[in-house]
Amino acid sequence: MEALISLAVKAIFVENMALSFFLGMCTFLAVSKKISTAIGLGISVTIVQAITVPANNLLLTNLLKPGALAWAGFPDVDLTFLGLICYIGVIAAIVQILEMVLDKYFPPLYNALGIFLPLITVNCAILGGSLFMVERDYDFTEASVYGVASGLGWALAITAMAGVREKLKYSDIPDGLQGLGITFVTAGLMAMAFMSFSGVKL
Amino acid sequence: MAQTRRTLLIDPLVDNNPITLQVLGICSALAVTSSLKVSMVMAIAVTLVTAFSSMFISVLRNQIPGSIRIIVQMVIIASLVIVVDQVLKAYAYDISKTLSVFVGLIITNCIVMGRAEAFAMKNPPIESFIDGVGNGLGYGLILMLVGTVRELLGAGSLFGVTILQTVNNGGWYVPNGLLLLPPSAFFVIGLLIWGFRTWKPAQVEKREFRIQTVEAH
Repeated sequence: MEALISLAVKAIFVENMALSFFLGMCTFLAVSKKISTAIGLGISVTIVQAITVPANNLLLTNLLKPGALAWAGFPDVDLTFLGLICYIGVIAAIVQILEMVLDKYFPPLYNALGIFLPLITVNCAILGGSLFMVERDYDFTEASVYGVASGLGWALAITAMAGVREKLKYSDIPDGLQGLGITFVTAGLMAMAFMSFSGVKL
Repeated sequence: MAQTRRTLLIDPLVDNNPITLQVLGICSALAVTSSLKVSMVMAIAVTLVTAFSSMFISVLRNQIPGSIRIIVQMVIIASLVIVVDQVLKAYAYDISKTLSVFVGLIITNCIVMGRAEAFAMKNPPIESFIDGVGNGLGYGLILMLVGTVRELLGAGSLFGVTILQTVNNGGWYVPNGLLLLPPSAFFVIGLLIWGFRTWKPAQVEKREFRIQTVEAH
């Protein structure tokens, strides 16, 4: 249990998806102009991340790993090279299904998140989460915790960023730095602040 | 025709750069640039994937049904990335270890998808290929610039060859450790954008609020 909490804290703060691995940067910079949209996107990413990482973990352990196909009578088959294409397929499919389910059963939530869901398929934070899960050899429980926590970390980062940017638009910024430039510098300062979490252990 | 093809190739380098203007493909630009060698491998990988995926998607563009085009594009891109990944693992294992998940993340690199969606779906294969090469090179240019600044000032070397002898090795240069850490990439790219936009004022974004100037008395 303790190990899991420590994994979660690490995934949210120390190894923050957005600010220490720069994953999901495109959306992070493009959709962080208003706090309300940032929160909406953050929630969608957390939900998708919480489903796709464990799903890809199941896929890896039951189909792709060397020897994983023993139940089907192929103990020597190693399909890990097909990993990338499978993970992205799973992500695209789950996002599509989530969109349809939300549309049918939770229309208000669908209206709030709807526009962000298709964007999430190509958000590197999602694929990145699955790839880190593979690289670090998480088991199913760890993968579930990691999925939720890394999604939360990303949501936290984008909400904080939107907060800063809402204030920033009233500042006097040199012409060339206007918009994208100053956003980068702000993100850099935030990343430095998040670095102070490194070394924190439970 | 030759003229337009040249513009396709040259335009994305400065005037319509994928990173500084289109805000595409930033994730990997930040993460892999702490050394020049890795930046170069990444730039080549992305250029190859963008060029060939644009070409294949363009060849198939009249056969792909609109409703499932994203999935089809994903499958084409993912297959190309798998090839790149396997080649890197076979011939440059150390670099593929340093790049870790970022090779896989070329799949979700917005440059590849962005060019496929914005250009390759509407244009013939050769133009799409050139457009892919151009955008890959524009991306590579920024990557190399950032990689040069970070490796030279952060470790005093380029491609692992010592240029500025560091204090630890008996030289005079005190390396700036911050430039090897992730946040510095944000600053370097932010300043690069500032430089680009001072050079090409047409790229400057409009202000949302005009600051009132007050007459000094």
